[in-house]
Amino acid sequence: MKISKDDVKQVARLARLRLTEEEKEKFGKQLNQILAYVEKLNELNIENVEPTSHVVPLTNVLRKDEVKPSLSEEEALANAPERKGKYFKVPKIIE
Amino acid sequence: MLNELTAHEIHDLIVAKKISVFEVTEAILERIEAVGEKVNAYLSVMGEEALREAKKIDAAIAGGREVAPLTGIPIAIKDNMCLRGAATTCSSKILDNFRPPYDATVVDKLRQERAVFIGKTNMDEFAMGSSTENSRSGITHNPWDLSTVPGGSSGGSAAAVAAGETIMALGSDTGGSIRQPASFCGVVGMKPTYGLVSRYGLVAFASSLDQIGPLTKDVTDAAYLMNALCGHDRKDSTSVNREVPDYPQALVNDVKGLKIGIPREYFGEGIDREVRETVERTIRLLSKLGAKIKETSLPHTEYAVATYYLIATAEASSNLARYDGVQYGYRVGKQESLSGNSTIDMYEQTRAEGFGDEVKRRIMLGTYGLSAGYYEAYYLRAQKVRTLIKQDFDRAFEEFDCLLTPTAPTAAFKIGEKMDDPLQMYLSDIFTISVNLAGIPALAIPGGFTGGGLPIGLQLIAKPFAEETLFRIAYTYEQNTDYHKRKCNL
Repeated sequence: MKISKDDVKQVARLARLRLTEEEKEKFGKQLNQILAYVEKLNELNIENVEPTSHVVPLTNVLRKDEVKPSLSEEEALANAPERKGKYFKVPKIIE
Repeated sequence: MLNELTAHEIHDLIVAKKISVFEVTEAILERIEAVGEKVNAYLSVMGEEALREAKKIDAAIAGGREVAPLTGIPIAIKDNMCLRGAATTCSSKILDNFRPPYDATVVDKLRQERAVFIGKTNMDEFAMGSSTENSRSGITHNPWDLSTVPGGSSGGSAAAVAAGETIMALGSDTGGSIRQPASFCGVVGMKPTYGLVSRYGLVAFASSLDQIGPLTKDVTDAAYLMNALCGHDRKDSTSVNREVPDYPQALVNDVKGLKIGIPREYFGEGIDREVRETVERTIRLLSKLGAKIKETSLPHTEYAVATYYLIATAEASSNLARYDGVQYGYRVGKQESLSGNSTIDMYEQTRAEGFGDEVKRRIMLGTYGLSAGYYEAYYLRAQKVRTLIKQDFDRAFEEFDCLLTPTAPTAAFKIGEKMDDPLQMYLSDIFTISVNLAGIPALAIPGGFTGGGLPIGLQLIAKPFAEETLFRIAYTYEQNTDYHKRKCNL
């Protein structure tokens, strides 16, 4: 077993996912199966191999800092689950 | 029946003034009315808007406006691409009622050509899946056999094309999500070179792998649609700035002298007999037509699935962090019901209720693979193996113009068959995944049928930006076969 139930709890916490006890059990088992499968990669010698994060050579794309048309406040807020005036409303953070 | 025609056939009839755009649109909507419930390809159909747009286009044509290749052509959009004002949900509860205030670049380009948007198609939630079973809006059925899956994640788009519920469709492909459903549904699907088509307005799954591409009834339509989709976009910093060729010019019925490699790793364990025979028959046909075909090797193929599931889930866990119930989409019920009454509780419960199982599983795997202490063992190692996989292709393309493989190891599988075993589901993408890791283009085309009448797909793979080679070989194949012309019996 690669992942213990405590690991599952910790990962779920990092990922901001609230899992039921049943889900922790189920995902833990499935993640262990998948991790056992990816152990395959340990067969390869990867010393001196450069990692590929992107297949095309990427450079920073810069532009002038100019004012251009963008979303209006109304458009930007239109999908908000809850709003108050011009703000996104969230539960209280500080007591 | 107008809905059975290809886009280029419809284009010719519109230009000759033999049919109107309105008639074409009506034919599609009638077909959706007739078979829509059986197939469940669409999440939403924009019938009234489509007819209104069709009338406008007809008036413009009557007024002398030029008819572009896609003008008046009905097209369906996978539900992970933003269409201004239209629900864009990725088949997820967490994007409930999300109506983007902007168009994806590909949608904008199609608007400029005056294509007619028919609706948004079903998919695996956030494009995570190979069967379109991971959708909160129900399963899409394969029009060739309703008890089988259409493939995924662009299963709705592929099924809609196959069932005649649209003329063409857009899909997205992260590990085979255009090509595998194309194969299962007997249609043409292309995964373009990474960076060729703008991802602006495509809901991100794994940003270094995602690409938008066409699903069509034949290779000619795919070439015309690619013409419309490609091009540099300032809004996507990974978009490549290079001149886009005129793809239809590559539709030449001639493969003489082209060198095609057959990677032996694609014919091992797990491949269906009928799929293998289909490729063997294709090799004989293309040889007869003058192609030079030889066996070759992509030695790291067996590591592709493991590499992919570490990289794609890592990127996904990061991309999906934005769904927190604050700015858009679903938020967990009443504030009062939050146990700790805090923002963190709101995030955790919103995500717990908003995401389906497969998405949660992948977020968990990705988070684990990136977390302190595991990053080097998993994510970094996978990125290094990705290099080895890419180098396999680089070497192969020093010798070959193109590689020929099956698209999937089997034809469409039964609904429910792989749902309890994520790993088996992942392995159904074994022939398509390497292409995304290497960033190269591939084209899936219909290559035959099983004894039971299910489509079997072929995959052609080329080096970066060699889409024209793919079109040429696929077009030649099409001119000498009739698999692409067969229709399912719904």
